[in-house]
Amino acid sequence: MITNKKSFKIFVNVILSLLALFSVLPIFLVFMASITEEQTLILNGYSFVPQVFSLYAYKYILFSGNVILRAYLITISVTAIGTFVNLFLTTFLAYPLSKKDLKGRNIILFMVFFTMLFNGGLVSSYMMWTQIFHIRDTYFALLVPNLMMNAFNVIIMKNFFVNNIPESLLEAAKLDGATELQILNKVVFPLSKPIIATVGMMVGLAYWNDWQNGLYFLLMKTNLYGIQNVLNTMINNVQFLSTQAASQGGAAAGSLPSTGIRMAIAVIALAPVIIIYPFVQKAFVKGIVVGGVKG
Amino acid sequence: MSDMKKSKVKTKYAKSGPLLLIAAPGIIYLLINNYIPMFGIFLAFKKFSYKKGVWKSPWNGFDNFKFLFQTKDAFIMTRNTILYNLAFIVIGTILAITIAIFLNALGDSIRTKFFQSALLLPNLMSWVIIAYMVYAFLNSDSGFINNTILKALGKEDIAWYMEKKYWPFILIFVQMWKNAGYQSIIYLAAIAGIDKSVFEAASLDGASKLQQIFRITLPMLKPTVIILTLMAVGRIFFSDFGLFYQVPMNSGALYSTTQTIDTYVYRGLMELNDVGMSAAAGLFQSLLGFIIVVSANALVRKIDSDNALF
Repeated sequence: MITNKKSFKIFVNVILSLLALFSVLPIFLVFMASITEEQTLILNGYSFVPQVFSLYAYKYILFSGNVILRAYLITISVTAIGTFVNLFLTTFLAYPLSKKDLKGRNIILFMVFFTMLFNGGLVSSYMMWTQIFHIRDTYFALLVPNLMMNAFNVIIMKNFFVNNIPESLLEAAKLDGATELQILNKVVFPLSKPIIATVGMMVGLAYWNDWQNGLYFLLMKTNLYGIQNVLNTMINNVQFLSTQAASQGGAAAGSLPSTGIRMAIAVIALAPVIIIYPFVQKAFVKGIVVGGVKG
Repeated sequence: MSDMKKSKVKTKYAKSGPLLLIAAPGIIYLLINNYIPMFGIFLAFKKFSYKKGVWKSPWNGFDNFKFLFQTKDAFIMTRNTILYNLAFIVIGTILAITIAIFLNALGDSIRTKFFQSALLLPNLMSWVIIAYMVYAFLNSDSGFINNTILKALGKEDIAWYMEKKYWPFILIFVQMWKNAGYQSIIYLAAIAGIDKSVFEAASLDGASKLQQIFRITLPMLKPTVIILTLMAVGRIFFSDFGLFYQVPMNSGALYSTTQTIDTYVYRGLMELNDVGMSAAAGLFQSLLGFIIVVSANALVRKIDSDNALF
């Protein structure tokens, strides 16, 4: 009985260790490639234990890669602005919907729900954004389509408001003569920090990792690319970086150690996520559980 | 949705005006981002040309659909989309439950947290970066598999991005790598919800760990499995564009095993300039998707109305 239990525990530990190792190994491989000297990389291929180390790729990015620094700044700004606007739209729509006596509540709720069941598809939304709103090759292309609000988060937020904000508190504020906007600001938001943090983190991650908006809408103006789109373009086109650098009067084109630099860019695109991750993991896990079954 | 346990102090009459004003920005975004495109599905019935634009392009009835279903593509992309989703559902569920049971067996320890963090990490990455990682393993000149593993085994190099027969396995593997940890969290939460005394009683009666898993944990997880599966079935005509576009590196040689409806729609629109066919495929997907999600939801509601979407 005891040995049975023990051997089960050992078995579980071994399997989970292997799976955990499996999960992180690819990250190591890419990281190792980014600090491998280029010739070694070409000669020996990707390896977990590079024979010759080199920080050249990172130095290159820091000192001559203004393409990459710009893309990085664009990604940071899109993530910051996008997350802020998304939270604004989501909370402002969710709060009225949490009130049972709101006129037209059912209609609006259905409108929100229905977007989860049916969508017009890529073609018509592409045509709308490019032919009606003309956002092709503008900064807005990265910010506005699809990512700015999502029905699912509105529902989660609304449910949180319904279940966690005591109605008596709202009543009291109203009796004191507070406007709805003041109530939202002074009563609802302070009580909703956990859900705002959770949703905000999911949204921020979606913006940080997004490459589809850039792929669809940034066709000519590649200088608006965020870091994910730079990566996306580079992996298919090693020449991209050199032509970009040349057109912007950057470092000498044509002599770029491409693989190492590409891997280094992948590392710096991933780094903020991995650095922030331990601090937000709890909120992240909660987000999955909240969203999970009701998803 | 509507079960509110709190005692409700009836308000006289909420003034809805200010509240509706607060909701307006979100509603407007929804109308633009989600509703205008719904009406844009008429593009599937037009012979679209950029010159003439959305409004002036001539109608062509069901021609786009006729052409679409005459091609082999229609069958291939639908088959691929459905089969990949089925594989993800079956393998993903088994993997996620196994991980959840294992994590639960370790109890609430630092090691559990560590394992969970590691398993979740792939889910935080963009498909672009994942494609880089896959490329680091698979590229034919310097990839880890050709250069290290196959070399050590004394085998010939494989041109991974040219050989379509490997891709069902690769794509399923990558999808599992990215999502198993994420899914396991949902099951872990469900296991945590099981009454501990049941396990204690079983333990006292001499039930082994394995018996407890098969006799208690798995039966208790059944509702969660059914609901998550039905929800996944509801999305069976949709695929993760990132997985199928990024990971195979858009390699044409692989289309017959990597093309899904979503990648077809993208390629028709952006690469082949075949807007009509692309719109037809998109509408085909949206309609089938709508029908199946509504049916799946009806089933969920029958089984467990609390978890129904609507």
